[in-house]
Amino acid sequence: MAEILKRNKALSVNPLKASQPMGGALACLGFDRAMPMLHGSQGCTAFAKVFFVRHFREPIPLQTTAMDQASSIMGADENVIEGIKAIAEKSNPALIAVLTTGLAETQGCDVHRNLREFRDKYPEYAHVAVVAVNTPDFSGCVETGFAATLYEIVKTLVPDATSAGTKPGTRQRQVNVLVSPMLTPGDLEALRDLIEHFNLRPVLIPDLSDSLDGSLTEDEFSPVTIGGTAVSELATLGEAKATLVIGASLHKTGELLQEKTGVPSFYFDHLYGLQANDALVATLADISELPVPSRIERQRSQLQDAMLDTHFMLGQLRVAIAADPDQLNAFVHLVKGMGAEVVVAISASNAPILTHMPVDSIKIGDLEDLELLAKQHKAQLLIGNSHACASAERLGIPILRAGFPLFDIIGGYQKTWIGYRGSRQALFDLANLVINFAHEEIEVYHSPYAQKLASERHACTPSCH
Amino acid sequence: MKSSKDIAELLDEPACEHNKKEKSGCAKPKPGSAAGGCAFDGAQIALLPIADVAHIVHGPIACAGSSWDNRGTRSSGSELYRIGMTTDLTEQDVVMGRSEKRLFHAIKQAIDSYNPPAVFIYNTCVPALVGDDINAICKSASQRWNVPVVPIDCAGFYGTKNLGNRIAGDAMVNHVIGTRDPDPLPANAERPGFKIHDVNLVGEYNIAGEFWHVLPLLDEMGLRVLCTLSGDARFREVQTMHKAEVNMMVCSKAMVNVARRLQKQYGTPWFEGSFYGITDTSQALRDFARMINDPDLTVRTEAIITREESRIRAELAPWKARLQGKRVLLFTGGVKSWSVISALQDLGMVVVATGTKKSTEEDKARIRELMGEDTLMIEDGSPKALLKVVRDYKADILIAGGRNMYTALKARVPFLDINQEREFGYEGYQGMLELVRQLALTIESPVWEAVRAQAPWKMAKPLINVGCADAGGASVANDALHSVQHILQKVVVTE
Repeated sequence: MAEILKRNKALSVNPLKASQPMGGALACLGFDRAMPMLHGSQGCTAFAKVFFVRHFREPIPLQTTAMDQASSIMGADENVIEGIKAIAEKSNPALIAVLTTGLAETQGCDVHRNLREFRDKYPEYAHVAVVAVNTPDFSGCVETGFAATLYEIVKTLVPDATSAGTKPGTRQRQVNVLVSPMLTPGDLEALRDLIEHFNLRPVLIPDLSDSLDGSLTEDEFSPVTIGGTAVSELATLGEAKATLVIGASLHKTGELLQEKTGVPSFYFDHLYGLQANDALVATLADISELPVPSRIERQRSQLQDAMLDTHFMLGQLRVAIAADPDQLNAFVHLVKGMGAEVVVAISASNAPILTHMPVDSIKIGDLEDLELLAKQHKAQLLIGNSHACASAERLGIPILRAGFPLFDIIGGYQKTWIGYRGSRQALFDLANLVINFAHEEIEVYHSPYAQKLASERHACTPSCH
Repeated sequence: MKSSKDIAELLDEPACEHNKKEKSGCAKPKPGSAAGGCAFDGAQIALLPIADVAHIVHGPIACAGSSWDNRGTRSSGSELYRIGMTTDLTEQDVVMGRSEKRLFHAIKQAIDSYNPPAVFIYNTCVPALVGDDINAICKSASQRWNVPVVPIDCAGFYGTKNLGNRIAGDAMVNHVIGTRDPDPLPANAERPGFKIHDVNLVGEYNIAGEFWHVLPLLDEMGLRVLCTLSGDARFREVQTMHKAEVNMMVCSKAMVNVARRLQKQYGTPWFEGSFYGITDTSQALRDFARMINDPDLTVRTEAIITREESRIRAELAPWKARLQGKRVLLFTGGVKSWSVISALQDLGMVVVATGTKKSTEEDKARIRELMGEDTLMIEDGSPKALLKVVRDYKADILIAGGRNMYTALKARVPFLDINQEREFGYEGYQGMLELVRQLALTIESPVWEAVRAQAPWKMAKPLINVGCADAGGASVANDALHSVQHILQKVVVTE
């Protein structure tokens, strides 16, 4: 049980957190032919766009209701209704997600009513799926905005078993997979591969590995996403054999999906490290009614071997981690499973999973908190996003980059952390960062009586540090 | 919150050419099909490069959370501007009306932790809407802790990025400029025939440190730059801007209100110029000399121009041969089109079209002057429209802001980033070398051919193996041959 230390300062310095609407946009971007629209002033969208472009190095479809002075005060209902219409008309999308910002929520918007008004006014766009989600940036973080949006998508777009007549297991080989934003496009590809090894057909919801994976297409330009989960696929979820829910933040969405469709949900808080993946692989074997393929067993033993090789570097290592709750939980389990100590755990916002984490305390905070606490507890390694690099530099310790945003490396979005193979590589990366840093080398001692040349004293350079 | 009267006054900028048109320069954005930043974005861009100030964004997380430390602007010393600070307002703050109190404590925390010479407060949408009185808070915080605290009331919904630039400039003139006199000149700085003149640059952001290509030349001329608003600036420099003899507006009308108001209040003349390209750099140096009108300065300036031009032209010669005649589509946002056009023309490149969405009428006139009457001026900056122009005008490269980078790359079109997130500096004579290097790097890259090529198994195969294949294979090949002939006949018929 971890103690949650809430924010106790007025100023947030070097924020770790990114906003809820960005998480909502990310969830939407994992659907095919989709367009998120932030209900707020233009800057909300412009900043979010730049953020994602720098992280994914891809064009990012993202629109705005462009609230100005008049609509901020007199009401912005028209902005929402006309905004949806403009996108539907211009880009012929399959899905539009209207995501509120702090501005719209403070003003007192009602996007759900706006959506109904849109439906009444423009019946010709009935074929375009639209969801409206409350994601003000004065609460939550990327993860909560993502979860709220996915919840709304399941609620609105997945038909009830009773009304649609779907029956669990009609599609014997289909498994639905709800995935948290801690999974990178690289993770999603690995997850798909793993599930397909069991002769199952995974439907990833949402599937960023198909929309933001950095592939070149025949079409030069598309105003909407060029891949991701097909919105039509949502109608089939009720016929799947099972649903896998990856990430504690999606627990509620998993329950909702089961309640609506009767398809049983299986929950996994994360997929980092041996035990987490064992649980997944065992579940897949049960669902598929097939033995675990020998290739997977081999990968498992490779991970075990890597754990042996790297425990020398990672054992007792003092690690400081800053991330959104799901990923924080995943890393804590990964490094603790290697015998490391988590001396600092910073979460971007509060979440139920935090209290269950095997650390003494978790600070809801920013990268300044990370830096100060890491210094106080003599952390030897940081895990955090690209912004945390400056902290690592000032602390003089190495950093493993993970989370959002990763803008100072290429292909961060493609890094694979999950599965036996991803976990193995993550352990190698961690160990390589500290292979020359972690152990405290004995300082050179010069005896005043030694018969060595005096010039040698200064010529001695420290080794590879 | 600013009243609509305040905003109307800021929009009415006598020194801006857009003013003379019926509609104000900043067109109303359309929901669902708009692009571009907000007033907060513009204000933050304009002032964030002031390196030693604590920049506090007053609002919930979205404003600072996704925008802190993401600019390419560089400092020669203090790095405080790279520390992201925000009041990170929570639902409780908003609902219970605690945001003013949080701001007040936040200012104290910033002063206690970082001891800055000044604190800037950027107001954003949510506190503007709930009616936080940031002017009053800044004033009382300033008195309480004896550190200047400057309100920059730039809620996003007030308007565009451009308006934000003006709000920022206005705040500097209202609260900072004129609050301190310049330091005395270093001893022995002046000698007979070498008088130092004080100048300012407005709208120079020192992207990737590019102003450091120019500053040594200004030093050599005997110009002391009191302040660049705002690249590599310090608070104490901004304070002294009223004492300059001349101000240069650097290739952007965004903060023209600063130049105009400094002229009105302090009588400082100003001119507009650019450091992009050989021609414009020389012109800017000459304009300084002309406006200051010191014969010694004029002689020195001409000598420097002659020396630098001949040096750089020699160094550029081999590159020029490689870039000569290459066709460019220029679509710039913040950096003025005409200034880049002259840089590209210096290299013998052909600018086939240019974006003018943010250009003023005066800019457009200059573009016509440089490129001829028939120049294609692009107002529609949508990716689709840009790519169409690239195709229609056979452009070899798209030069635009980072936002358009992936538009170009996904269409397999060479691209050069010209906006403020870029990592390379192109200013001054020396910057031209970096520009040609980057242009050649992308235009001549072997990757274009590779990414445009079809996979080998998708290309039509010549049917050379018909004779040697076994019977079954031959018949398949023959079938294929027949169908190809069939298709060819069809094509002929339809044509």
